[in-house]
Amino acid sequence: MPTFTNACKRWRSMAKPKTVSAVLTRHQTLWIVAAVIGVFLPLTPYLPFWLTTICALALVWRGWLLWQRMPLPPGWLVNVTAMLGALGIGMHFHTLLGKDSGVALFALLLALKLFEMRSVRDGFFVTLLGYFLVLSQFFYTQSLATATTMIITVVLITAAMINLNHEQASPFKALRLSAVMLLQALPFMVLLFVLFPRISGPLWGLPQDSASASSGLSDSMAPGSISQLSLSDAIAFRARFEGDVPEKPLLYWRGPVMNTFDGRTWFMTKPHLLERLPQRPAKSSIDYEVTLEPNARYWLFAIEFPTRLAPDSFIADDRQLFTKNPVRARLRYAMNSDPGMRIGIDETADSLRQALDLPPKFNPRSRELAADLRAKYPRDGELVERMLAFYRKEAFTYTLSPPLLGRNSVDEFLFETRRGFCEHFASSFVFVMRAAGIPTRVVTGYQGGETNPVDGYLVVRQSDAHAWAEVWLKDKGWIRVDPTAAIAPNRVENNLAAAVPAGDPIPLFIRPELSWLRDVRFRWDALANAWNQWVLGYDTERQQQLLRALGMRSPDWQSMTATLAALCGIVMLALTAWTLRQWHRIDPLSRTWQRFSRKLGRRKLTRLPWEGPRDYAHRIAEVMPTLTADATAICDLYAQLRYGGGFAAVNYRELKRRVRAFRP
Amino acid sequence: MALAERINQAFTNWALRGRPPEPTPIILTQRRVFVLPTRAGLAYFVALVVMLIGAINYTLSLGYALVFLLGGLGVATILNTFRNLAHLRITTGRCEPVFAGEAARFGLVLHNLRNVERLSLRLWAQKDASIIIDIPATDNFEAALPVTARQRGWLTLPQVTLETTYPLGLVRAWSYAAPAQRCLVYPAPAREAPPLPIGSGEQRGSRRQGSGSDDFAGLRDHQFSDPPRHVAWKIVARQNNDTLLTKLFAGENTQSLWLDWNALPSTLDVEARLSLLARWVCDAHAASLSYGLRLPQRTVKPGTGDAHFHQCLQALALHGQA
Repeated sequence: MPTFTNACKRWRSMAKPKTVSAVLTRHQTLWIVAAVIGVFLPLTPYLPFWLTTICALALVWRGWLLWQRMPLPPGWLVNVTAMLGALGIGMHFHTLLGKDSGVALFALLLALKLFEMRSVRDGFFVTLLGYFLVLSQFFYTQSLATATTMIITVVLITAAMINLNHEQASPFKALRLSAVMLLQALPFMVLLFVLFPRISGPLWGLPQDSASASSGLSDSMAPGSISQLSLSDAIAFRARFEGDVPEKPLLYWRGPVMNTFDGRTWFMTKPHLLERLPQRPAKSSIDYEVTLEPNARYWLFAIEFPTRLAPDSFIADDRQLFTKNPVRARLRYAMNSDPGMRIGIDETADSLRQALDLPPKFNPRSRELAADLRAKYPRDGELVERMLAFYRKEAFTYTLSPPLLGRNSVDEFLFETRRGFCEHFASSFVFVMRAAGIPTRVVTGYQGGETNPVDGYLVVRQSDAHAWAEVWLKDKGWIRVDPTAAIAPNRVENNLAAAVPAGDPIPLFIRPELSWLRDVRFRWDALANAWNQWVLGYDTERQQQLLRALGMRSPDWQSMTATLAALCGIVMLALTAWTLRQWHRIDPLSRTWQRFSRKLGRRKLTRLPWEGPRDYAHRIAEVMPTLTADATAICDLYAQLRYGGGFAAVNYRELKRRVRAFRP
Repeated sequence: MALAERINQAFTNWALRGRPPEPTPIILTQRRVFVLPTRAGLAYFVALVVMLIGAINYTLSLGYALVFLLGGLGVATILNTFRNLAHLRITTGRCEPVFAGEAARFGLVLHNLRNVERLSLRLWAQKDASIIIDIPATDNFEAALPVTARQRGWLTLPQVTLETTYPLGLVRAWSYAAPAQRCLVYPAPAREAPPLPIGSGEQRGSRRQGSGSDDFAGLRDHQFSDPPRHVAWKIVARQNNDTLLTKLFAGENTQSLWLDWNALPSTLDVEARLSLLARWVCDAHAASLSYGLRLPQRTVKPGTGDAHFHQCLQALALHGQA
């Protein structure tokens, strides 16, 4: 009891009640700086270098000020830096409106906001901005690794937000709470992801800068362009076949067809698009689905020769597939091909004339060779065979590191270096054929692919890039001739590694001696493919497919929303029950004691709230003398357990047994 | 504004099911805890919508995933905030008397039956005086709720609001409670007051004024209510046991100071009289005098000590209030 000697003074000097402070503490600021660093790290590869440097400097400076407990710089300095930064971004991207400059502006804003962050509300704003920037990195990458860093960053930002609301005793505690809450959020995320009606296509026109850098085959082919591409083990596309994967020699994935030659480089000509598919699907057709990696080009790949069209695509008279828009995102399309199809039997004279066109003055020795062959072999088919025999007979080497060629590249290759990659063979073959008067064209694309034993997808990499030729023979149409197969049959039957001489710099993962590495790679690739197919490629179509497989008869948006709401409600109830569970957990001793009282309730002898065990026992003995012995024993045991100091498990079991056996 | 206040009041009455004051213990069951987003929560929601539109427009699958994860986080925070408050058990605690004009501190004992701590609970009975408390797991905490005491007499605890936005500050869970508790408010002691009426007519011409409490008259066993300064410390120190002795003074026993209602000038109104008497009681107590109090309906016999002091003040506080 307090003394009241100086009561009057004491009563007057009452402390003011604590109120909510809106000023950020040092601890909270530290958390926000940590979260912002977490946001920046994964974003750095995609920001302009100078901006990354500025942001890093700003963060270090902010951390230093925090560490040294120094005051913030004046507001005008921050504003001037922001203005200069925005100017720099505008000059770097030539606009302030696009996606990239938007992300850069956001990043700059986030870094500079740290210098005028004083209240808790400012801190909250920074955390929201942090979430935005986490989203913005998905413009550039959406891989499995990105998803992992996203989760780490979100845990960090959320922990910072927790600290804004209530400073946690230890950083570990805040991170733990953040992780637990995100785990609770996980079922909602999964449900929403699966069931939220997917809207396909952009809501408004995508800015042109949403492109990714183009990769893969281009619209021209110079000596060395495909062998360069072959050094990359990046994936061009994947294919999933209905049924078995066809034999490797059938897997000619048709890409850009080149018709124009300038003496060194082959070019695509403007395609003549066909109004409709000229042929019906044949019986020996192959059904498959291609998942094309973005390449920012207008063409699709299909096994020769495609018999159907993907949505928003066209076919040219040379059987090349084009899309309406460049492929900027991973694209999935169902395809069907007929390898036995004859094309171009009734080719127009115009096309044939184009397929004979050669620039004058180049490669005189090759022209001589063509004239010789023509003189000896008047029949076109025979001439083609002879030319292939020429490759086989002479000492040609199929290699990934061909020597550089000069002005008369075909001459040099055919008669001097004789070392080349598929584009050299295709180019020289087409040149000689044209010189001999046979309509011929270069076809680029991919050949073969590798079946991933883990998920059964055929994976076609840039290292499978290939070039071959097509000759037009009367009554037969365009016939595929692969001069590379003449010199290196392994290239077509096995793979690149088997075809090139040992010591050639082939991609690491296709080297035969590293089979364990390939195994790891297969697994990783299957995982990445599953991720691509089911997470990144989860579009309207996939959603319908999955929901039908799960038993929804007509997955329209109403039924999806209804299911979503119902399932979210169930999850919510389950989580609530989980969070409530501790409240119903009462002390087992009390439970047993209550049970005893309940049993006596039948005799109207419920224990009164204020009644201790002794008094209760006395009352029972008075009202029902027959129960005296049992009741006293139980009450004594309870008193012993509850108040005796120390909990004896033996006694507790005895109490439980007695209460259970008690029959009033 | 008036309308908003009326609606608010109607809601509170409904929330309390029209039964203030409630018998304790009060348990904040699920049905009594309300949850609504805060302003920050609305901002969070708007940010998520913008992000979702971005994800749809650029077909960012991971963007969808992020937005949905954050949406789930929003739902999880509703649960966590709700849980931070729900099933809190409230009983009443101590409430010491105060003088009018000061803040009464109503003791409320908050029992946390869960094995998880409850953090950042904000409670108030008066808008501008809130307190923030943390309750450890399976423990209780006595909160002292400040309420400004304006009038003497009994001050009943107004309805208490308990709220929390923990852990993320995105949603606010709140509940009302009106535990039956009252605080005694003494009249505010007058600032300006004439000196104690020592030697007035009531003293009956005593000659021993001024030296009354200094004349040592003997010792007796210490009683709890005796002022510490009257303990015979020297004698206690000489003895070897723990018993305390209290010095008795001639002035205390033989003569008492009467603080008389009727002796005050008739120009003063009731409250002014009470205020003046309260001041005198304080002064007399501080001077360790023996004093008695004479009110129209009540007389407190002269005495000393804390108990006597409070008895006198209580008599003043409840003057004319049954």
